[in-house]
Amino acid sequence: MADIRLEGVGHSYDGGRTWALQPMTWTWRSSRAYALLGPSGCGKTTLLNIISGLLSPTVGRIWFDDREVTAVPTAGRNIAQVFQFPVLYEEMSVYDNLAFPLRNRKYPKAEIDQRVRRVSQLLGLDDHLRRRSRRLDPGRQQIVSLGRGLVRSEVAAVLLDEPLTVVDPALKWTLRSKLKEIHRDTGHTLIYVTHDQTEALTFADEVVVLNEGAIVQAGEPAELFLSPAHEFVGHFIGSPGMNVVPAEIADGVVRVAETDVGRAVGELEPGPVHIGVRPEFARLGGEGTSPGLPVRVTSVDRMGAYNLVHVQAGDHPMIAKTEAEARFAPDTVEFLHLAPDRTFLFRDSVRCGSIAPLDGKGAP
Amino acid sequence: MTEQSVTVAGSPVGGEIVTAAAPQDGTPDTRASVKPKNNRAWFLVLPVVVSVAFTAVIPLMTVVNFSVQDIFSPDDRIFVGLEWFRSVSRDPEIRAAFVRTLLFSAQVLLLEIPLGVALAVAMPRRGIWVSAALVIVALPLLIPWNVVGTIWQIFARADIGLGGWTINNVLGIDFNYTLDSTDAWITVLIMDVWHWTPLVALLAYAGLRSIPDPYFQAAQIDGASAWATFRHIQLPRLRGVLTIAILLRFMDSFMIYTEPFVVTGGGPGNATSFLSILLSKIAVGQFDLGPAGAFSLLYFLVVQIVSYVFFTVLTRAGR
Repeated sequence: MADIRLEGVGHSYDGGRTWALQPMTWTWRSSRAYALLGPSGCGKTTLLNIISGLLSPTVGRIWFDDREVTAVPTAGRNIAQVFQFPVLYEEMSVYDNLAFPLRNRKYPKAEIDQRVRRVSQLLGLDDHLRRRSRRLDPGRQQIVSLGRGLVRSEVAAVLLDEPLTVVDPALKWTLRSKLKEIHRDTGHTLIYVTHDQTEALTFADEVVVLNEGAIVQAGEPAELFLSPAHEFVGHFIGSPGMNVVPAEIADGVVRVAETDVGRAVGELEPGPVHIGVRPEFARLGGEGTSPGLPVRVTSVDRMGAYNLVHVQAGDHPMIAKTEAEARFAPDTVEFLHLAPDRTFLFRDSVRCGSIAPLDGKGAP
Repeated sequence: MTEQSVTVAGSPVGGEIVTAAAPQDGTPDTRASVKPKNNRAWFLVLPVVVSVAFTAVIPLMTVVNFSVQDIFSPDDRIFVGLEWFRSVSRDPEIRAAFVRTLLFSAQVLLLEIPLGVALAVAMPRRGIWVSAALVIVALPLLIPWNVVGTIWQIFARADIGLGGWTINNVLGIDFNYTLDSTDAWITVLIMDVWHWTPLVALLAYAGLRSIPDPYFQAAQIDGASAWATFRHIQLPRLRGVLTIAILLRFMDSFMIYTEPFVVTGGGPGNATSFLSILLSKIAVGQFDLGPAGAFSLLYFLVVQIVSYVFFTVLTRAGR
């Protein structure tokens, strides 16, 4: 186990014209469970393949603790990788599959047997060791692929590239908790690539959000939800995502659709900004103590446990999450109250400030 | 419930039906038995039946008809029962040709299959050289059989052929396929390898191309050597295409006619007279329609049986 340090690592598939992965410096700390979250094509798999050595980065250096591995081939890095679909040696038994990486490395027979049995016990494969691997269901096959990584106890990290894509939804939960269990028992560093925010948020100690080849924010799941540092994080995490509407700062006051919504907090030049607030923190109601934003209700989605009320603030559509019992009729005018500590200002997509209640008008 | 969904996870669609129907009456098959069968779809098969009858079944039946008669002239024929089958299967010349042909097919398979697979593995997987490699490899397949024969007939000649002359004058080996039966055999064998290995290579290449990249990446991560990667990833996934390749190459080489006919004409002596050459000599040369009919039916039967055995063994091996 080791810290995996990327030093200015970037990758370009077309000789530097565009970066699939923008040069970045980042450390994956030992024994943590990371989720690498981002939309399709944002560079997640590229980053993973660079760590495992399947791909040489165009620029930058990779360190496992104090050992530089930039030029070390995959086999020498001791990385385990699980792919989107189960990759098995299909004509071999489960036992032989698990033993394969050890046999290739010329381990003594007794040790191979001992390690295979330990991993099969850990993964609950004891009853299947003699079966042909391709006869297993896809979920178990994926577990066997994972097991092939875990037999080498000295693995630096286990990389999982959307490993649950082919697995039945019902089985996903089982497998994910199995993964967490394994992480707890073995203490391997896990990097779990996914584009599914639920998967990422429930799985990881730390979620790293990647967009257009760059890490836009990393943090604990709650942090990403409550305090997005980038518009993309606001959009991508949460369901529905954050409301982002154009606003204007003038004389230290933030205006949306010609209504003052709060004082700007932060060193901010006057001028256009984006204001972002999650539907969870936009309260819809009558004219109250806070300076509500007058909005027109356009439609209501009943979600069972809650309602999503679609509104129009000036020309800008927004969504507010309300209780299931709340009744809002389309085409009525209501007031949207933005929670000051959960409403953020963005410039060039990056968070630059937040809002505070206006003087003289109390908290919402 | 969880147990059930785990066991049916291999086929999500089927699994859903089973779990949905089970609580009602426990017999998921009721729907299939209630539905009336509509047999009119058989009419869709009719065009195939008719065309196969005209192109295969009826011609074959005329051969069957010949095989049980002794025909002196179109008006003068007598029924002889299985007499021709008996005499054909005991004929020493035909038996020798049978063994010869079987040996030839075995050698063809032993040479072409490994060579074709090796060629496919060596061909580039991606990049600008893919098309170039494909075209070069496929070239021999584009040449008509009798032209292949002519090319080799000249190429292997000791006096004016590039190959034959080189062997005699540069390598210093006495080689003459028109006089020496071993030389003739080798010439025909190498000609077949030259002509048909590309087919095996193309089939194998298609099979190899269908293997997704992560298999190779996983092998790299597992520290597999090039041989282990071939043995455990590439070869198992070639089973399907190799079954086809082996069947095609067996049938084709067992019925080989044109190329040896052009190159050696079956000689010297009987060295390269394979079953088909002998058959055409009996049927077209001597016009012995009865024995020829019996001969071709037995020939047909052998091809069928051997192909069936190959197919069964190769598909069973995968389970």
